[in-house]
Amino acid sequence: MNHDAYDDNYIRSILNGVKSIAMVGASPVNVRPSYFAFKYLAQRGYDMIPVNPGHVGKSLLGKPFVASLSDIGHPVDMIDIFRNSSHIMPVVDEALTLSPPPKVIWMQLGARDDAAAEKAEAAGLKVVMNRCPKIEYGRLSSEISWMGVNSRTLSSKRAPIPTQGMRLSLNRMSVGGGATTASDRAAKNKSEPT
Amino acid sequence: MTDRLPGFSTLAVHAGAQPDPTTGARVTPIYQTTSFVFNDADHAASLFGLQAFGNIYTRIGNPTTAVLEERIAALEGGTAALAVASGHAAQVVVLQQLLMPGDEFIAARKLYGGSINQFTHAFKSFGWNVAWADPDDIGSFERAVTPRTKAIFIESIANPAGSITDIEGIAEVARRAGVPLIVDNTLATPYLIRPIDHGADIVVHSLTKFLGGHGNSLGGIIVDGGTFDWSKDNKYPMLNEPRPEYHGIRIQETFGNFAFAIACRVLGLRDLGPAISPFNAFMILTGIETLPLRMQKHCENAKAVAEFLAGHSAVASVNYAGLASDKYNKLARKYAPKGAGAVFTFSLRGGYDAGVNLVSNLKLFSHLANVGDTRSLVIHPASTTHSQLDDAAKVKSGAAPDVVRLSIGIEDKEDLIADLEQALSA
Repeated sequence: MNHDAYDDNYIRSILNGVKSIAMVGASPVNVRPSYFAFKYLAQRGYDMIPVNPGHVGKSLLGKPFVASLSDIGHPVDMIDIFRNSSHIMPVVDEALTLSPPPKVIWMQLGARDDAAAEKAEAAGLKVVMNRCPKIEYGRLSSEISWMGVNSRTLSSKRAPIPTQGMRLSLNRMSVGGGATTASDRAAKNKSEPT
Repeated sequence: MTDRLPGFSTLAVHAGAQPDPTTGARVTPIYQTTSFVFNDADHAASLFGLQAFGNIYTRIGNPTTAVLEERIAALEGGTAALAVASGHAAQVVVLQQLLMPGDEFIAARKLYGGSINQFTHAFKSFGWNVAWADPDDIGSFERAVTPRTKAIFIESIANPAGSITDIEGIAEVARRAGVPLIVDNTLATPYLIRPIDHGADIVVHSLTKFLGGHGNSLGGIIVDGGTFDWSKDNKYPMLNEPRPEYHGIRIQETFGNFAFAIACRVLGLRDLGPAISPFNAFMILTGIETLPLRMQKHCENAKAVAEFLAGHSAVASVNYAGLASDKYNKLARKYAPKGAGAVFTFSLRGGYDAGVNLVSNLKLFSHLANVGDTRSLVIHPASTTHSQLDDAAKVKSGAAPDVVRLSIGIEDKEDLIADLEQALSA
């Protein structure tokens, strides 16, 4: 699995396939990225579970916080980890003890732990690193296009007007280049000694 | 299975656009409105906090303009784009994100005369200092780097003589210096050259030229290559430090590989204000649909006219990188194999006076200060676009007193050659 550049179909199959997402590191502070990613994914119809031991007893957009993955008490499809790269491994270890385990481990934009990814993949899970599911959903649905972002997709179909809870079609034609090749080069440049 | 990826001409027609959600209109509508209603207070707060996808006010973004932005981002292979009122506005907005007062940037000496003025005079009053380098001598860029250097700026095909810049060589200097390379790709358009593929981090355009292509609308654009690591060494506080006006978010952390385009929009365009009109965005979008066809014809005609001039007894020299004998032909074959563009210069044996006579005798070429129109254009740079430079700077920038610049249109090439022939012998 090449974790520098993902095929759109890989991301599409994950976002089309999962129904419930536990967000580790979700914040109740409404100006934090984890808060608005949580809110967006809930608006797009995902069953969201906020995981953060510091906020147990409170709730996020009506969903009660749980302290850890094992406290969720029912199966979840995807774990979205909103933590720094150095805090990923314990979350993956805990996810792998769940029964049944989640189908997908997703590490947020800026977060990457290749050893944790390898462990999850060895257990049959799909892994995405250093991406934001809100950005990817917005991109593949083209909802992100309002601010001039290259969705790298095309469609000749009329789009619906999004309403609360509506899942959008992600099945648009993919376009090459853009974020993929540019990010590849950036990743390569970053890893070379300077 | 990997899907087939659409090609450049398909993107020129489709990227960014889809049938209107409300009406089904197939062509992108002109959303000629200043503002957009909010669903409720929470929606408004989310939009103002950059938390939700949606429209607020046309100075910050507009649905017609967004289609233009995505289309050019797709054609350039960038992650995002921001359209503004003009090419000059694009340059101000880009550098505002990169430079603080007292900082420096390095610029190629061969640039559009208006850019030379903007960099030398207008930016000086902001405390942004330009250091000039010679695009034909990559070492001169290396030598100009100082600890305060924040960016390097070049043109891919350079005004006024249509010379070709070694983008990869200068990108390597930028990478070693840890600063982004900004490429003005106006004269090439992404059809001829895609600077991001050659190591550029940011691309700017005057959309007024070949992209719009019809000489009817002003516009400019900034394309984010998504390639630069803004967090490194905290050299770029606009991108890297918590923004007080947006509840302390860090732009690079929140927006990843399109952070630069977002900074240009929410810190640059929002506060400086040079927004493009949605009507202009619509006109330019319509132009872009035929960009590949027009550029083929522009380049074919330019080569024919340059060959004609090179063989004419009244002409002292022709600077067109598409000619096999030209100094820049090797670079043209590497960077612009589909054609060397349609803007070039030539000089007349009769000097300044012969240039003035030629311009007044032409019947089809229009004498005006623009390039990249369907119509063929002529200008005498020394007395117009480059007139504010002193004589030595005119020569260095390729606008010596005996030089005439042409922008070749998409008319029949035989008619263009006939017009030049009668004007040269009149």
